[in-house]
Amino acid sequence: MIVHAASGPQNCLVVNDWVCPLYLQTRAEPLLAAVREHLYLTVVSVVLGAVLALPLAVLAHRVRRARALTLGVTTVLYTVPSIALFFLVVPMLGLSAATVITGLTLYTLTILVRNLLVGLDGVDAEVLDAARGMGLSPGRMLWRVELPLALPAAMAGLRVAAVSTVALTTVGAIIGYGGLGTVLVRGLSANFHAEVLTAAVLCVLLALVLDVVLLLAQRAVTPWRRTA
Amino acid sequence: MNVVAEVAAWFADPANWSGSAGIPVLLVQHLGYTAAALGLAVALAVPLGLVLGHTGRGGFLAIQVSNIGRAVPTLAVLTILVLMPPPFQRSTLSALVAFTLFAIPPILTNTYVGMREVDRGAVDAARGMGMSGLQVLRRVELPLAAPLLMNGVRQAAVQVFATVSIAAIAAFGGLGRILTAAVGGVGGTDVAQLIAGALVIAVLAVAIDALLALAARAADPVARARRERSSSRVVELPVDHAGQGGLA
Repeated sequence: MIVHAASGPQNCLVVNDWVCPLYLQTRAEPLLAAVREHLYLTVVSVVLGAVLALPLAVLAHRVRRARALTLGVTTVLYTVPSIALFFLVVPMLGLSAATVITGLTLYTLTILVRNLLVGLDGVDAEVLDAARGMGLSPGRMLWRVELPLALPAAMAGLRVAAVSTVALTTVGAIIGYGGLGTVLVRGLSANFHAEVLTAAVLCVLLALVLDVVLLLAQRAVTPWRRTA
Repeated sequence: MNVVAEVAAWFADPANWSGSAGIPVLLVQHLGYTAAALGLAVALAVPLGLVLGHTGRGGFLAIQVSNIGRAVPTLAVLTILVLMPPPFQRSTLSALVAFTLFAIPPILTNTYVGMREVDRGAVDAARGMGMSGLQVLRRVELPLAAPLLMNGVRQAAVQVFATVSIAAIAAFGGLGRILTAAVGGVGGTDVAQLIAGALVIAVLAVAIDALLALAARAADPVARARRERSSSRVVELPVDHAGQGGLA
């Protein structure tokens, strides 16, 4: 910012460099707080989305009428821009972190339901016949056969949802709950280059780290696919 | 508080339909940005995807571009461009660059995947008939890849439309302005205006998606041939003639 120009030595904060180690040193605390908020908003939304997506996908898979309805609603929700999704829930929740989480949850839900459905639909009919022949009840068949086989597709959806949600969380800045997005907007209004670039890079890093974590989790829960 | 009545009142207020912050002006801005960025992205990504798909090389590139595209926040790209020296700053150029960047990944990946999923048998047959590489691309691969390609354009259109809405946070124009104005107003947050703005954006996005879904259907030569065979009535639909250039 220009305020610094009158006094102090010529450091990267004063000349407003894009890359500034001094910025990282002096603003580590608020930056970490923003990362924590970002991670919190993202993880809560994705977990909530996954918890809600599971019964919806199973219902859509089992009941014909529920299928058309679920697919229709998730397609429309997916099409609605996130920023609009956030504000359509404002009357219920006001301007709070819950608003952002609800919007993001709805968004992840659309991705997760579709991927789970693809996974469930992809289960080999012969495998189901064999399971039925072994005398498995529908409930046990779901838990022991269908869901494990749908896991790769579901995990792929979870990765897409997580990565997209990290990026979308920034939009929450418009109501003050955007994690690194709030830092971005603050940096923009202060014309603070280092702050903007740092927040942007941290966003992408966060997305990549989450993606790698989920990839490792995917390998851990689907050991039979490891050779592929 | 009756939100529905307040939102209805907002839509009924003529002040919201006139002037530089009125719905018509913002809508034209929004659609203008969306169309321009989409056009640019198609011009860049479709030829690249066709070449990559035709030669079968660079699939990794196409997929990676798409993955990275998902991880980069729109807001971050816009903010960085606004703080760049001229000719960027808060200009139409910055907006177009950001919007186009977000439209490229879905178009590129879908074009590439569409090309790769073309039946190898059809390509071999075309070659056996003595078609050149370019003829195979134009008369066999492109028509067969058209449905997925159009699907990519459809995804990109919805994505750009959403991105333009977000651009208002970085003080660009478009319908997102209705939202930022409602939050940043002097008299506190105008909830009715927030809902109204969100509704306008949501309804338009769904409408654009539906329109392009129709266009994608019309561009599918296999489905079209099937429709024409099964019922002569369908041929009278104007959409049916629109996409025939690729086959001629």
